[in-house]
Amino acid sequence: MDAEAVVSEDSCPDKKRRVHGMLKLYYGLNEEGKAEEEEEAQSLDPCDINGPHFDPEHFLNKLRRECSLAELMDQETCMVKQIRSLDSDMQTLVYENYNKFISATDTIRKMKNDFKKMEDEMDCLSANMSAITDFSARISGTLQDQHAQITKLSGVHTLLRKLQFLFELPARLNKCLEMQAYAQAVRSHRLARCVLQQYSHLPSFKGIQDDCHAIMDKLALELRQKFRDGGSSAKDLSECVELLLQLDEPAEELCDKFLSHARSRLESDLQGLEAEIRPYPSASAVKDASVRGLSSPASTGSPAASSPKASAIFSPSSNTDILEFIDRGCNEFVSSLCLVITSYQELFVSHAQTGELASKNIPEMANAKLHAFVDDLAARYFSLVERRIQEEKGVGDNSLLVRALDRFHRRLQAVTKLLPGSSVPSKGTEIVIRAATERVKQYLAALQSFYMDSLTDVRQALATPRLSVASASVGGGGGPSGRDGPNSLPELLSSLSASILNQIKSVLASVHLFTAKDITFSNKPYFKGEFCSQGVRESLVVSFIKFICQSSRQFCESSGDKGGSTPPALLLLLSRLCLDYETSTISYILTLTDEQFLVQHHSPVTPVTTLCTEAREAAQKLLNHYVKVQGLIISQMLRKSVETRDWVNTIEPRNVRAVMKRVVEDTTSIDVQVGLLYEEGVRKAHSSDSSKRTFSVYSSSRQQVRYAASYTPSVPMDTNLLSNIHKLFSERIDIFSSVEFNKVSVLTGIIKISLKTFLECVRLRTFGRYGLQQIQVDCHYLQMYLWRFVSDENLVHFLLDEIVGSSAHRCLDPAPMEQSVIEVICERG
Amino acid sequence: MEDDAPVIYGLEFQARALTAQTAETDAIRFLVGTQSLKFDNQIHIIDFDDENNIINKNVLLHQAGEIWHIGASPADKAVLTTCYNKTSDSRVVSCAAVWRMPCDWETGSNDSPDDSAHNPQTLELLCHLDDSPHGNAACVLWEPMGDGKRVISLADNHALLWDLHESSTQAKVSSTATLEGKGQLKFTSGKWSPHHNCSQLATANDTAIRGWDLRTMSQIYCIENAHGQLVRDLDFNPNRQYYLSSCGDDCKVKFWDVRNVQEPVKTLEEHSHWVWSVRYNHSHDQLVLTASSDSRLILSNMVSISSEPFGHLVDDEELSEGEDNHQEDKSKEPLKDSVVSTYEEHEDSVYAAEWSSADPWLFASLSYDGRLVINRVPRALKYHILL
Repeated sequence: MDAEAVVSEDSCPDKKRRVHGMLKLYYGLNEEGKAEEEEEAQSLDPCDINGPHFDPEHFLNKLRRECSLAELMDQETCMVKQIRSLDSDMQTLVYENYNKFISATDTIRKMKNDFKKMEDEMDCLSANMSAITDFSARISGTLQDQHAQITKLSGVHTLLRKLQFLFELPARLNKCLEMQAYAQAVRSHRLARCVLQQYSHLPSFKGIQDDCHAIMDKLALELRQKFRDGGSSAKDLSECVELLLQLDEPAEELCDKFLSHARSRLESDLQGLEAEIRPYPSASAVKDASVRGLSSPASTGSPAASSPKASAIFSPSSNTDILEFIDRGCNEFVSSLCLVITSYQELFVSHAQTGELASKNIPEMANAKLHAFVDDLAARYFSLVERRIQEEKGVGDNSLLVRALDRFHRRLQAVTKLLPGSSVPSKGTEIVIRAATERVKQYLAALQSFYMDSLTDVRQALATPRLSVASASVGGGGGPSGRDGPNSLPELLSSLSASILNQIKSVLASVHLFTAKDITFSNKPYFKGEFCSQGVRESLVVSFIKFICQSSRQFCESSGDKGGSTPPALLLLLSRLCLDYETSTISYILTLTDEQFLVQHHSPVTPVTTLCTEAREAAQKLLNHYVKVQGLIISQMLRKSVETRDWVNTIEPRNVRAVMKRVVEDTTSIDVQVGLLYEEGVRKAHSSDSSKRTFSVYSSSRQQVRYAASYTPSVPMDTNLLSNIHKLFSERIDIFSSVEFNKVSVLTGIIKISLKTFLECVRLRTFGRYGLQQIQVDCHYLQMYLWRFVSDENLVHFLLDEIVGSSAHRCLDPAPMEQSVIEVICERG
Repeated sequence: MEDDAPVIYGLEFQARALTAQTAETDAIRFLVGTQSLKFDNQIHIIDFDDENNIINKNVLLHQAGEIWHIGASPADKAVLTTCYNKTSDSRVVSCAAVWRMPCDWETGSNDSPDDSAHNPQTLELLCHLDDSPHGNAACVLWEPMGDGKRVISLADNHALLWDLHESSTQAKVSSTATLEGKGQLKFTSGKWSPHHNCSQLATANDTAIRGWDLRTMSQIYCIENAHGQLVRDLDFNPNRQYYLSSCGDDCKVKFWDVRNVQEPVKTLEEHSHWVWSVRYNHSHDQLVLTASSDSRLILSNMVSISSEPFGHLVDDEELSEGEDNHQEDKSKEPLKDSVVSTYEEHEDSVYAAEWSSADPWLFASLSYDGRLVINRVPRALKYHILL
């Protein structure tokens, strides 16, 4: 608007140009906004002769200031020229406008005349139209009757055609039936069905209807027959079902029929499978064969005896391996099951959903039936598979079983896809899980029996030490001679523990197959979590370790009462084994397991420390028992030697009794035996002449204190004071006490037991003079040799003192032997 | 609830034989027989004054020899039997005899308690149980709760049943049983069962325990390998007729149901050396006393195999008969089998322990060095059992 205002103020010569520009501006709209701005900036220049802000004065001043005369002249002529051309342009335009105005006036005048003529013609037209209407009304009036007749006739015609169709229907249906064009027949019948139904009260229609019904029944019968025969292809079958459905056959019955039909086929598959398991004798035959296989190299001398049986073994081809079995199951049963499911769903479920049958809840019913059908058959299949899996008792090759299970599981996934809501796959997974846990159990049993077997081996090796030593010394180029006997103990220990460890490792490797990546069921949550932690770790590894401890403990309990049926060396060896387990092996095995199986413990598991404690307890118990058994053996010798001798009438001692030498020998060999497996241990410092220590019958201060009382009257004493005095002088010795895991402690325990027995036996006897002296000699001899084995020699001294003291007390004529004589006898041996 | 301190009494001789005076039911009285080869042996009659915690003793001389076993008549306070060793020049013979205490021993001691050691009275010999043809006597058993007319002596491999006549001055063997088998079999110990009308005997030889029917003198059961080593002692549960306890050199105490001798009902392994004696409390059979050569005496509470197990339904009969069981139903939590107490007053092997016949909560133990210790069942336990 501003621009227009400016334009209106402008001088004439540029007005047109300005108007032009304004129009352009008006129509060019905003896209030229920028140019406009520039223009505006330009037009602000007062010297621009075309700009809106043109200032003549300014312009003139500028020209006068800037231009030379010649230029001014040129400018002037140019300007005059322009003014002139502008004037002529204006004149031309004015003339043109005038001409156009004249011609427009002419045109308007001519139009006025034309309209007047047209008005007349329109009047004429309306008159004609009303005439036509009149005529038309008259004509239709005359034609009315005929038209009604024609309509009626045509109606009769169609009715007749329909009737003809109806009358011809039975024949037509028959023909279709003959030609087996069942589809067409059904279509025809469907067309006529309602009409016949409606007019069935008329006898003629009734007749037709009956005929039709008869034919259709026949047809249905034929269809059903065809359906039942089953030999027809799936497409035929489905066509049959479709037609039967259209014939209003009850869908439920059809479903049942279809399924029972399928069932018979599937059952034959199942029977085929069952036949493979059925021959139970084959299992024993396999066992037999394996036994034979083991023994055959030995019994090559009698091939005739084994040949008839061998032929019996290999004739039944039924002992297929589990992979083959599962393969067959998958290929035959599972795939045909899938086929049945697909076609059934196509027929009854998806097909029915589109048709009008959907309203009758048929899909739901059909689905329910299918589920029941599949569940039932699958259950039978599963029971077969489980039976087969249970036959897999051998723990040799796990990969076959795992692969079979994998295939089994994989193929069931197809069923999942087909039947989303079915419980079949989960049941399948359960079977796999059961098989896996069963397997773990079998492995545990195998490990346990392996352990017991190796213990038996060790026992045998211990029972025949000479042989093994001989071979060992030959192999080793003659090691330390003389005491070769128990030399094999460390070897036995290491071989035992190594073989157990190897066995555990191989079992772990076998079990590990269950969780391999390429196995479909390995990513089930069970196999990721529970199987690893509960199955493998707890019920396999931990149980096995516990079993080791347990069985070790049983060695202590059972053999204790029956006089030590377990060889002591085995006890010692097992004790060391358990101790090794406690220190390192258990944590190693568990770490190995955890690493291999990436166990994530969701549920609480047995911690390593518990197992270690258990192992340590077992080791302790075994070692204690070892001490007990060895102590007992020596005790028994001592006891017999004391009990069977007549100590009153014995002769003057000349020698150390052979029993004592035997005791020292045995103790020495025990020392060697224990030294092979256990460290030395600490002992108290010896006095310089431990073996030389003299002790006389009445020298012991303790004895003096005690028996000096003989000559004082016995009165009730101040109780606490007396007992306290006694306690000051002696420490209580626990005879059958726990020992530490070292040689000295073990030997101390054994010697303690032996000497205490000696003491108690001596107290039950009565001695003559020489009896006492013999005891003196024996004790001195023991003293000379036993101190070196024990942790605290004072203990030996104390017990021997007690023995001599007691025998002196039990002596009728206590005349002790000279110490020097005793020493001489003992030196002599 | 502090328990009384044990009372200790010292004998001047070594001793193994201890018994409660069975016929005495008022005074707490024990008999101890000494073992000495050089001096005259003695029988110490030890009276315990429960109220004042004082021991009174009387000494009777037993000049025949050192005493290995002593038994008091259940009927006559003054009558007792001993098994003793007689040593002649070069022979040691074990004999058994029935003795009577002089009737005035009690009054004499009361007059002059101090000089009793100077002129002790001598036991009066009633009769020898002369079984020399049968070997050395190991122990003599009185018929429990009998009239003091029948005893059994065990000698080597024979069990002899004696009838005592003429106020025990004559003894006649009425029947014998002989243990037969390989080797030299020897009875080490035995016990006359108080059940079945006193018609059963249990004996121990080596590691086996055997039961005998005294009417036919035949073996009725045998527990082979009852202990890993020698069986040292036996005792019958006074209230449960088929229950028997045994102890031995395997440091164990075992409880047997003689109807099933395959496995012990219970095994205790508390001692660290041979167990020489096991005794049921006469009235509360859950209390079991064991003595061992580890110098310890252990009192165990074997509730689970006692005649008054916890939770035992007290029927009307029992309710009326004793207030012992009366409140057992509502008693606190059940007691478990446990060691009640370990007594360490002894310095030497303890070979004998006995419950008092007068006070069921009191017992004595005797160690080889001649120390007799009298202890009581801890009060807490006593009240627990009673209430």
